[in-house]
Amino acid sequence: MTSLEHTPAAAAIARSGVAREAEAPSPRMVMRRRALTHPGFLFGATVMLLTIAVAIFAPLLTSYDPFAQELTQRLIPPVWSAKGSWAHVLGTDGLGRDYLTRLIYGARISLIVGFGAAGIAGLIGASLGLLGGYFGGRIDALVMYLVNVKLSMPGVLVALSLISVFGGSVPVVVTVLGLLFWDRFAVVTRSVTQQIRVNDYVTAAEAVGASRARIILGEILPNVMNHIIVIASLEMASAILVEAALSFLGLGIRPPTPSWGLMISEGRNFMFFQPYLVAIPGIAIFVLVIAINMLGDGVRDITAPEGRN
Amino acid sequence: MTASPSLSDDDGRILEVVKLSVEIALPAGNLRAVSEVDLHVDRGETLCIVGESGCGKTITSLGIMGLLPRRARMRAERLVLEGHDLLTLGNRELATLRGDRMAMIFQDPMTALNPVYTVGNQMEEVFTRHGKGGRKEARERAEYLLHKVGITAPRSRLGQYPHQLSGGLRQRIMVAIALMCEPVLIIADEPTTALDVTIQAQILHLLSDLQKEYRMALMLITHDLGVVARMADRVVVMYAGQVVETGTANEIFTAPTHPYTRGLLDCIPVPGKTQRGAKLGSIPGMVPSLMAPIDACQFRNRCSSAFAACAAAPIALETLAPGRSCRCLLEKAPVNAQPSRRSVGALP
Amino acid sequence: MMRFLVHRLAISILVALTVSIIGFALLRLSGDLASALAGDTAKPEQIAQVAHLYGLDRPLYIQYLDWAAKALRGDLGRSLFSNEPVSFLIGQRIGVTAQLSFMALVFAIAIAIPLGVVAATKPNSWVDRAALGLSVFGQAMPNFWFGLILIIVFGVMLRWLPISGSDSFAHFILPTVTLGTAVMPAIMRLTRTGMLDALDSDYIRMARAKGLSSGSVLFKHALRNAVLPVVSLSAVSLGFLLGGSVIVESVFALNGIGFLAFQSILRTDFPVVQSIVVFVSFAYIFLTLLSDVINAYLDPRIRLG
Repeated sequence: MTSLEHTPAAAAIARSGVAREAEAPSPRMVMRRRALTHPGFLFGATVMLLTIAVAIFAPLLTSYDPFAQELTQRLIPPVWSAKGSWAHVLGTDGLGRDYLTRLIYGARISLIVGFGAAGIAGLIGASLGLLGGYFGGRIDALVMYLVNVKLSMPGVLVALSLISVFGGSVPVVVTVLGLLFWDRFAVVTRSVTQQIRVNDYVTAAEAVGASRARIILGEILPNVMNHIIVIASLEMASAILVEAALSFLGLGIRPPTPSWGLMISEGRNFMFFQPYLVAIPGIAIFVLVIAINMLGDGVRDITAPEGRN
Repeated sequence: MTASPSLSDDDGRILEVVKLSVEIALPAGNLRAVSEVDLHVDRGETLCIVGESGCGKTITSLGIMGLLPRRARMRAERLVLEGHDLLTLGNRELATLRGDRMAMIFQDPMTALNPVYTVGNQMEEVFTRHGKGGRKEARERAEYLLHKVGITAPRSRLGQYPHQLSGGLRQRIMVAIALMCEPVLIIADEPTTALDVTIQAQILHLLSDLQKEYRMALMLITHDLGVVARMADRVVVMYAGQVVETGTANEIFTAPTHPYTRGLLDCIPVPGKTQRGAKLGSIPGMVPSLMAPIDACQFRNRCSSAFAACAAAPIALETLAPGRSCRCLLEKAPVNAQPSRRSVGALP
Repeated sequence: MMRFLVHRLAISILVALTVSIIGFALLRLSGDLASALAGDTAKPEQIAQVAHLYGLDRPLYIQYLDWAAKALRGDLGRSLFSNEPVSFLIGQRIGVTAQLSFMALVFAIAIAIPLGVVAATKPNSWVDRAALGLSVFGQAMPNFWFGLILIIVFGVMLRWLPISGSDSFAHFILPTVTLGTAVMPAIMRLTRTGMLDALDSDYIRMARAKGLSSGSVLFKHALRNAVLPVVSLSAVSLGFLLGGSVIVESVFALNGIGFLAFQSILRTDFPVVQSIVVFVSFAYIFLTLLSDVINAYLDPRIRLG
């Protein structure tokens, strides 16, 4: 047996073997590819973008005024029913207002409430989570204590009380819901922060003497963002559902503002004869919420598929 | 070849595996975890399967036991355990053999024991499930075996939970569980890797003592050549899903034929031989992707002896002598063996 | 285990205390309660008299301690609307809410656990996809709307079930289904995840290596491990159901504490609202503690330390 270590042939083989290795794609490209082939993400993103577009361009899509009552045109059924017409595609409600228009403008409310509440909740929750997760010790104990207190309170009842006190304007509703949903942000952000904190690059930054704020915002936050976005989508969906429920009960958005929940409540009186009044806004809520959930799940799958079964 | 057991003499062949292959269906394609592995274990003999992580040794053992994951597809020309043709048995029938005729000892005793049940419960259930007796006999046997594997105060151990015991103790219990039904074959997958060095020696000692007493066939899977040296009668070296060399322990250690085996042995410092300050050998490069079909020698990119023919066609496993084989073009088969597939461009 | 539980108990008490303060403060927010009580046409002196009568002119912490002391004795004040003792009002209606919550939980578990187990044993099969689909469905559906739809379909179109009131067991069926579908998805997903993790684990591989039957592997070994967090979640869900029943009770006109709370909010009947908020919170805290105890008991690693 002879050894052939340093022959030109061996070297050539070694070189060619290495050169045949394919270029590994960058993480960003991998994510893009995953995003474009993930059915849930695509569905969710499409519906969301559509809803946002509809909300923004509402005046262009319908010529009716969502507040304009036309008492001679009350309770006209949608176009697919016998007595319907294309003049009012989804019919009219108990006060003669065009239902499609109300639905379109209602999208604005849902989106504003959803984004607003998720934003406020995210701000509160993520801040607490970052602080608790990074500093540990007493600060962490305080954060967990606050979370426990928040969790123990019956959210819907408290929200109802606060809105009854402060009124049912959109800013109040958004703020109250924001105060309702921050706990999951806090818990997840905290636990992810704890995990990231022990990573070498954080220790390195600390060793170099970077200020705590810089570390938290510069090293930890970017890595937590994925999780925050996923939670934000879930809480946005929850916020939309709860706003609908509150408005339905009469302690949410005040009439005549078109909130989908409010439309269901208003339609309840005529529910047995014109079920579409109740069905249509409900379906709208349902579809939007599913879309947001699928978007959130999709983002999670794309950015961290190991977390999924 | 017939499927009848060849137990004409006392040293019967317990396990016979011919051309076992396992493919795992992944989203990105098919993974060739194991490619045409041949091996056999006789009564009272210890076979060590050596190789680095990912070489297919664990999957081979899972394939023999019928414990492959759902997405895996296994093919074999022959897979016989003590006269049972495992290829013809369905999952339910295989389950009757598992734990009874063939048993497995897993690597990490902490995760292999169910945390919510007592040690006694987990031992006794094997016994009763295979119809060896009732609860009382099961408990007696469990107590006896705990004593046999060197655990003191066996009766009190039965009521304890896994988390209450040390690592060494848990691994002894794993050995005891494997013995509950007196199997003819025990497959131990890295039984000492998760343990402290001192405990490792004890467990190996225990295994070899028990084997001498019960005369079972022992298949030991490991990446640790020290374990091989201590325990093996025969050795199978695996690389990238293939068997690359087989032989007795003595042959493998004194006269390794495959460059991979040689590389493995070079990595180990030898007292008296390795000079102080000298660099330990290492094998450069990485294991090739197991997704692509085998069209050449899988080791050539890391082999210092590679030449043109190594990349030309798949390399066959040459039988150099009874029980001795090597998958390398550089190893000449003796004249009376099968004709070798040498390509023209081979250099001496 | 004892140390852990004592620690949890201490935290629970602290949280309960904080919640009671918040509950108390909640209704004091609404501005001048005295003038609200006195009425729109009251003159300043009359408002001051009312304030003094109700003790609203004392410092806040005194008001709180006074309220807390009375509450511990069972005196939760009187309803501003009906003048009946609040504790009596709650006692009258807690049965309905408790029954509804309990039935909803049982309903949710009865569907969620089997579905989760089956989905986990056949991942990516049609059963798995259906289970996940059902879970998505249940979580996206607005609760109150679902209730209304059920009323339309089963109460009106098919006329199978009564749609309001709480007289008979049949009256509880639609509300139970409505409320149950709110918590069912989370329990199902937790069961499924827990089972998938368990089935993937070494001890399950070991159980199969021992040749145990698939029933034994699934139920004796896997489920027993997977069910631990589900028990916790169920206890906590019960607390959530108690608080969230306000919507369902309103839709189905069930006379439970949720509906009472809602009516009281509309009537600014603050003693009632305050008491219900605190009561529900305490129930939740208790149930969380209970779930910790059960969890500690079921898991030998915690039980025996």
